[in-house]
Amino acid sequence: MKRNIEIKKGSALKALGKLLGYMAHYYKWELTLVVFCIIVNAVAGISSSVFLEKLVDEVITPGLSLGFDAVKSKLAVMVGIMGGIYTFGLICSLVYTQIMAIVTQGFLKHVRTDMFDRMQTFPIKYFDTHTHGDIMSYFTNDTDAIRQLISQSLPQTTLSLASIITLLFVMLNSSVYLTLVVLAGVGVMFVFTKIIGGRSAKFFIRQQNSIARTEGFAEEMLHGQKVIKVFCHEEAAKRDFAKVNGQLFSDMDKANKYGNILMPTIGNIGHVLFVVVAIVGGALVLGGVRNVTLSEGVTDIISMGVIIAFLNMSRQFTLNFSQISMQINSVVMAIAGSARIFEFLANEPEQDEGYVTLVNARIDDEGNITECEERTGRWAWRHPHKADGTVTYTELKGDIQMYDVDFGYVPEKLVLHDVTLYAKPGQKIAFVGATGAGKTTITNLINRFYDIEDGKIRYDGINITKIRKSDLRRSLGIVLQDTNLFTGTIMDNIRYGKLDATDEECIAAATLAGAHDFITRLPEGYNTMLTGDGSNLSQGQKQLLSIARAAVADPPVLILDEATSSIDTRTEYLVQRGMDRLMEGRTVFVIAHRLSTIQNSDAIMVLDHGRIIERGSHDELIAKKGQYYQLYTGAFELE
Amino acid sequence: MIKTLAKSIRQYKKESILSPVLVSLEVTLECLIPLYMMTMLNNIEADNSLTNILKWGGILLALAAFSLLFGMLAGKYAATASAGFATNLRGDIFDKIQTFSFANIDKFSPSSLVTRLTTDITNIQTAYMMIIRVAVRSPIMLVISLVMSFTINVKLACIFLAISVVLGALLFVIFKCAIPIFERVFKKYDKMNESVQENVKGMRVVKSYVREDYESKKFAATAQSVRLDFQRGERLVAFNAPAMQLSIWTAITLICYFGTSTIITSNQSELTSSALSSLIVFAAQCLSSLMMLSMVMVMISIARASAERVVEVLSEESTLKNPENPVYEVENGDVEFRGVSFKYSAKAERNALESINLKVTSGQTVGILGGTGSSKTTLVSLIPRLYDATEGEVLVGGRDVREYDLEALRNQVAVVLQKNVLFSGTIKENLRWGNPDATDDELIAACKQAQAHDFVMSFPNGYDTHIEQGGANVSGGQKQRLCIARALLKKPKILILDDSTSAVDTKTDSLIRAAFREEIPGTTKFIIAQRVASVEDSDIIVIMNDGRIVATGTHEELLANNRIYQETYYSQNKIGANAEALKALSDGEENAEGGERK
Repeated sequence: MKRNIEIKKGSALKALGKLLGYMAHYYKWELTLVVFCIIVNAVAGISSSVFLEKLVDEVITPGLSLGFDAVKSKLAVMVGIMGGIYTFGLICSLVYTQIMAIVTQGFLKHVRTDMFDRMQTFPIKYFDTHTHGDIMSYFTNDTDAIRQLISQSLPQTTLSLASIITLLFVMLNSSVYLTLVVLAGVGVMFVFTKIIGGRSAKFFIRQQNSIARTEGFAEEMLHGQKVIKVFCHEEAAKRDFAKVNGQLFSDMDKANKYGNILMPTIGNIGHVLFVVVAIVGGALVLGGVRNVTLSEGVTDIISMGVIIAFLNMSRQFTLNFSQISMQINSVVMAIAGSARIFEFLANEPEQDEGYVTLVNARIDDEGNITECEERTGRWAWRHPHKADGTVTYTELKGDIQMYDVDFGYVPEKLVLHDVTLYAKPGQKIAFVGATGAGKTTITNLINRFYDIEDGKIRYDGINITKIRKSDLRRSLGIVLQDTNLFTGTIMDNIRYGKLDATDEECIAAATLAGAHDFITRLPEGYNTMLTGDGSNLSQGQKQLLSIARAAVADPPVLILDEATSSIDTRTEYLVQRGMDRLMEGRTVFVIAHRLSTIQNSDAIMVLDHGRIIERGSHDELIAKKGQYYQLYTGAFELE
Repeated sequence: MIKTLAKSIRQYKKESILSPVLVSLEVTLECLIPLYMMTMLNNIEADNSLTNILKWGGILLALAAFSLLFGMLAGKYAATASAGFATNLRGDIFDKIQTFSFANIDKFSPSSLVTRLTTDITNIQTAYMMIIRVAVRSPIMLVISLVMSFTINVKLACIFLAISVVLGALLFVIFKCAIPIFERVFKKYDKMNESVQENVKGMRVVKSYVREDYESKKFAATAQSVRLDFQRGERLVAFNAPAMQLSIWTAITLICYFGTSTIITSNQSELTSSALSSLIVFAAQCLSSLMMLSMVMVMISIARASAERVVEVLSEESTLKNPENPVYEVENGDVEFRGVSFKYSAKAERNALESINLKVTSGQTVGILGGTGSSKTTLVSLIPRLYDATEGEVLVGGRDVREYDLEALRNQVAVVLQKNVLFSGTIKENLRWGNPDATDDELIAACKQAQAHDFVMSFPNGYDTHIEQGGANVSGGQKQRLCIARALLKKPKILILDDSTSAVDTKTDSLIRAAFREEIPGTTKFIIAQRVASVEDSDIIVIMNDGRIVATGTHEELLANNRIYQETYYSQNKIGANAEALKALSDGEENAEGGERK
């Protein structure tokens, strides 16, 4: 299902505050400077209306009676001061816009890398229980919502807010009564913003959800487009889409309507406010009411000049207010987005209490193990004992034993029951069984993608929960049915198994896996770029590459989970020798649909509903004429 | 391009025209109101009696009321017009896709089509709304402001006319430089998101090889490079606001200086102080409308790329056309390929199928074997005319497939595709794709043939079980069996299974084939398979290699003299030393079974 955006009551401000805190964590000084510059810029902008008033009073009026020459120098000084203020404001404007461009992109980069780094620590369970699309939307939609907020809404709101506060101050200084009138007007605007803007935000969220639904529907239909064609289902598909599309129209129409009428509403309330201020001002003059200002207290009757200046300011006040109200939708989106990002970051990382580590080792003829720095090709488990402070070393051999293992992905439903098995170093163990019988689950437990419920797993005699996960996994090679190659050259992809492998090592691994032939036939050979999960290769070729990737890692234990399922049987027959060589001297766990792949295993485990129901070599099992025999001859269905 | 898109406006023409008209009225009032305010102030200054104020105030209120009315209506119509246009466009694209042939579908990836239906259309919608609102508003505002200021004082108006030109040029240069940067960086940005997706998809590999830190470093480098590019573009665009302020403030300073001297020297005959403040308001309006216009330009340039992608779909012509006087009856299930060659595109160097000749009569079962890339799927795709043969002809029921009505033909030729899809909905709903009028009994009968009935009944809700998107809650084998049942419900004369039982176990597979033999003997069956066992008992087995039919024959014939068949057969059935023993075993088994059958 597509995600739904919703904003819980009371959480909005918290999310916004958290986001600002997150930004301040990286850009405290930059943001302080930005706020300072914005304030200066706002003050410079407003000073023009004050300036005009002063110009009339101190230059034009005396100039008209005394002549231009008398006020010429005064004018030059005033314009000079004005120019100075503007220049200063302009510098601040340049500084803050440039800083914001850097902060926006820098912060987004931090958000992305923080999310990505954090995601690397999530347990596999997280990825098994969330769709890729959902995880991706944290990186795309939610990050984008934040970008909108930081790059536009935040500076704009701060600027308008600073202007409003400055204006308020100036207005209070010219007339407290008229300021109260303006504030009353602002109260009215606020109410309208809340009603219209609130609706707009509500439908805007609904519209986003509706888009997500349309997207989900289109995705499903378009992926099945060929099925639609062969069943002549086009008309029905059109009808269904029209329904979804119609709902989207209705939400979109409403969201935009409310968004569009907000601006003219606020603007015209501003016009009305203008008239009201003029009337009240006129009434004050007529009524002979003494003016009250903040700085000078009670003064004379208000002058007409003050009222005119005041009217100008009330216009600016309105303009700034409407600027803020226009940001509602993007703020709402950013709040929803950042709430989701914080939720994502708060996911629990994979736990690891392991303390047994894997080290390079030198092993002498008597079997004494000494730890060393350089790569020797031999490995040992370094096992510190807390009780007596000693350290023991065990050679890495690839001996795996499971005793009475129970496991369930959810506690109430066990998928493995009493699984017991021994894999001696160099043995090949195969798992056979229907989908859902628990084959892959067993391998998930060996590399601790999941932890067992009950029982024991021993690796070279050590309880695997004591082994540090990264070291455990480094000692296991895994080839999956889903090949998952990465963008880069073929060489890069093979080298993924061992980052410091030389080209020769990679080519040797590819040869071993039987991939060398097709790679050399590609025009660019090993330098062929793979894009979009290797979409330029066939599924079988991709599987060969992922086998080569495991080969170069050269692990003592290998897990092959349907590793050759997409290689057609003839090709598999041809690469079989390479596969056999790859498996030589390693403990191998094989899961295969095709029984031909596993016939030469040392032991075959037949799984059914999470239990091992038969075990033995191929010949033994055939001779036994049990389930495996029936499965092999196609007379029995494991379900 | 615009012509193609404009076709989708349809019933929203009224709104699309009314909106700019109302916007023009609104913006005219909006420009007049400040001018009027100045006059009002002058009047009140001269006569500040309450009646005078009320009179002037009343007129202003009326103006504001009209402006509000026009503004609200314009906003409302603009919303409806743009949302309606977008909805029509979305519907048109979707409907267009429904007319696509397989060749057309292959051209566009589903995800690129989804992007067109969502992001691209949203961009177009925003641009459309901008065009019918702001693109009208800004020029009118610009013109009115300029005209007004010229009526006030020509000399001073020239000052900010000059400044406007400079600002316009400045904005133009900024965007000219920024747009190519953004175009590049958006591509990079998409790549970055792809790499995240790659990581999420490959998380098992990442964790198995303990490459978390390596992945983090790789991503940090990508993210940093995207950041730097974006930053370059944004820093350029960030010059907009200061450039704007520079222009306005320069205009104000110059107007104040020269204005003041003009007022004094001409003794208010050429300019008054209230006219001076009007001039400043107009200057601000004029310059800010320039700014808005430049924003519209940016929106349009973003939307242009989206519009191109949308038009690409809308102007795509289906490669398959229904004939003039189509035949609606498919007589029987005979199929014949006569010298058929086929390539997927005219540009392709090699033919995907090369001189295919094959004759199948009603009721026969044809097994098709061959390695990956041997064009097995291509071969059967020509029967329901999913593609047209490049050379030669394909006959169904004795007629060229191109003579039939497409729907009539496809109703008689049921295909179970290799990439099977179930849709979200109940099992019943999914099955009824095959036949919307099928009774419950018919559904059950089809499911029994496809060996799906038993597992369907094992679900708590039986046939009403809800299938999740992509059939996520049923196993691969179950999905394949449901898809077969769905095709059977069509009661087709020809049934094609394209590797449709690969996830079904061998036992069930053979039960399905047995059901076909007994229940639908008159239907011609084509079975593409990887497993020899799935085609062994076919009337004809076709071996394909490299787009050619290399051999046809029965199991025994091919086993005797076809190398590919032998290799495939032996690789699937026996390996190594104990192969012989096994051969004996399974031969015995087969004989026993064969005996029973007879």
